[in-house]
Amino acid sequence: MNLYAYGVAGWLLLVGAFGVVRSANLVHAVVSLSVAQSGTYVLLLCVGYQRAAGAPVFGSTLRPSTRVTDPVVQAMTLTDIVVSATVTALLLATAVQVHKQQGTVDPNRLSALKG
Amino acid sequence: MTSGTAAHLMPLAIAVPVLVACLMVAAGSRLPHHVLDLLGVATSLTVCALAAVVLTRSADGRVVTWNGDWRPKRGVSVGIPLVADSLSAGTALLIAGLMSCALLYSWRYYSPVRGYYHALMLLFLAGMEGFVLSGDLFDMFVFFELMGIAAYALTGLKIEDPTAVQGGLNFGIVNSLGAYFSLAGIGVLYARHGQLGLAPLGQRLTEHRADALTVVALVVIVTCFLVKAAVVPFHFWLPDAHAVAPAPVCVLFSGVMVELGLYGAFRVFWTVFGSAVPHDDIRGAFLPAGVLTAVVGALMCFAQSHLKRMLAYSTIAHVGLFTTGLATLTPEGTAGVALYAAAHAGVKSALFLLVGVILARHGHVDELKLHGCGRDARFVSWLYFAAGAALAGLPPFGTALGKSVTEEALTRAGHPWGPAVFVAVSALTGGAVLRAGFRIYLGAGPAPDAGGPVAIAAQTTGIEEHRETEQLSRTPRTMYAAVLLLLAGGLAVGVLPGAGRAFDHAAEGFTDPRGYAAAVLFGTAPAVGSPHHESTWTAQGVVLGCVSTAAAVLLAAAAVRAPRAPDARRARLRPFLRSLAAVRALHSGHVGDYAAWLLFGMTALAALVGVLPVDG
Repeated sequence: MNLYAYGVAGWLLLVGAFGVVRSANLVHAVVSLSVAQSGTYVLLLCVGYQRAAGAPVFGSTLRPSTRVTDPVVQAMTLTDIVVSATVTALLLATAVQVHKQQGTVDPNRLSALKG
Repeated sequence: MTSGTAAHLMPLAIAVPVLVACLMVAAGSRLPHHVLDLLGVATSLTVCALAAVVLTRSADGRVVTWNGDWRPKRGVSVGIPLVADSLSAGTALLIAGLMSCALLYSWRYYSPVRGYYHALMLLFLAGMEGFVLSGDLFDMFVFFELMGIAAYALTGLKIEDPTAVQGGLNFGIVNSLGAYFSLAGIGVLYARHGQLGLAPLGQRLTEHRADALTVVALVVIVTCFLVKAAVVPFHFWLPDAHAVAPAPVCVLFSGVMVELGLYGAFRVFWTVFGSAVPHDDIRGAFLPAGVLTAVVGALMCFAQSHLKRMLAYSTIAHVGLFTTGLATLTPEGTAGVALYAAAHAGVKSALFLLVGVILARHGHVDELKLHGCGRDARFVSWLYFAAGAALAGLPPFGTALGKSVTEEALTRAGHPWGPAVFVAVSALTGGAVLRAGFRIYLGAGPAPDAGGPVAIAAQTTGIEEHRETEQLSRTPRTMYAAVLLLLAGGLAVGVLPGAGRAFDHAAEGFTDPRGYAAAVLFGTAPAVGSPHHESTWTAQGVVLGCVSTAAAVLLAAAAVRAPRAPDARRARLRPFLRSLAAVRALHSGHVGDYAAWLLFGMTALAALVGVLPVDG
């Protein structure tokens, strides 16, 4: 199960990067970037996963001596999601501006910057 | 003042700009423009003062802040530290100083976008300060992204300009992709060692032999820093972003953000991987990468007619030189690069601001079309030529001192070709800048419409660059003041007595992972060992500096005169020109190509570090 999750993480990261490389549409490229980032979510969560362990919230039901999953990677994933939302929003807004200025979002047809 | 006070001040260098930025966004539309300007400059000067205090304290030992007071017990930590040694505190001061100059220059800039420009600049400042002071790998990633997001937005600030938004988008996608790969690397490292702090990770790795996983983690983590540092083949986004970003933003991009990438890569290497990965593997990967970057940057720089793009490629060339120097993995090399980078920041920033002055006056930045436009600007032309000569390595500018110290470190480390590369690259980049100066300020060479060289259509020229200000009939004093301050800074690094010694001390601390771990984990402050080498002017360094400057002037003069070469000579040059055109064609402005190069570069780096056998 764990190995499978690592495999999924690596696959998402690479397929996202491949999506950016092969993209013919800037919106598609930005979404591919999010796909690549989803790979890091899966990776981080599966690093902290433990079989038959509870959520790391200690209280009346869960005493401090019981096994829990690692809260550090969960905090990292949350931070990562915030970063992702910001980057994706900013890049999509920029893609909209590119369309307004150049009338296309196909990177093959953008020619403002060369050499 | 005790070092405890300095430790309390360190988080303020990050928090104050963030708070002021929030205030500006909230109240920006109601505040008059000069209040925003004043608030921006005052905030960055405050950060300057904070960084200066931390820097003076860090001379006696590293300053460590445990946020939330989660201190380590018996060398085991769960907290997140900020750590300042002389090098990081000095870099923090450089960042805040450049930001102050940039905001001073942009006094009355951007009247229409009230508050946002200033707020973004301050967030950018906070991100860079956090990145340089952080002692935790994941925090470095978060601050890397914070400065990245502010930088993408600042690049695309001229939102009506098609090149600006495209440049911002390329910058954003390529940098973020690199950052996600490195986050995956951080995750892998955490999975193996259960730590995120630089010092505890380093300690765990001393107990393990380097295995494939460690090498993969190193390569993937370092990738995002190398993307930021624009090392070939990760450099494609840089000219696109620098060419379109406003001039005061370029000051921060070229002056310090790009160098922060190298800082991050080598900080992580020294503190985390230094004991586990053989140093020869790192040298074998980074020396060729540095030389390749320097050569590609210098050639591309000389081929540009768009002034900002020319300066951007010159930054790539210099980053290549810095990489080569740092890759010696010696304190001397590190000290030389730190000197070089500090002086380069002043000189290159001054050049970007002078190009900004040209843009404000003439409305475009194309070298050929500007022919003779600056004949009446005596004072500005002197500033421009001084900065150009300093870029080529004219003593007594700090660039010449840094260049000479780094050259000697390379020679001593067994790379006698080092000085030749440094002189050639300095001459080419300085020559390109001086050539533009001859054309613009002296009106040298044939005018573009009188049979002079004509720009090829398939490349970016500076003709359509959008203005950043209203048309200025005379340049405001604040602009000159910023340029003069920056040039004076570049000169001071070379002239001030004791500057060399201070940089030696900083480099000694930077390359000492054991002292770093002791200070962070056990709170002991072992005195940084006294450097066994002193960075000062040497006869050889002065001579080589003069040689590279003279070569730059000659190259510039030859390029401007450009008599139509006889056909035989042109035929001999043709293979070279054709390969240069091929390299140019690779810079396609296509984001997919850039991402592909990123993947290729990462694979090549892994091959160089992990697979190739090392002699000796």
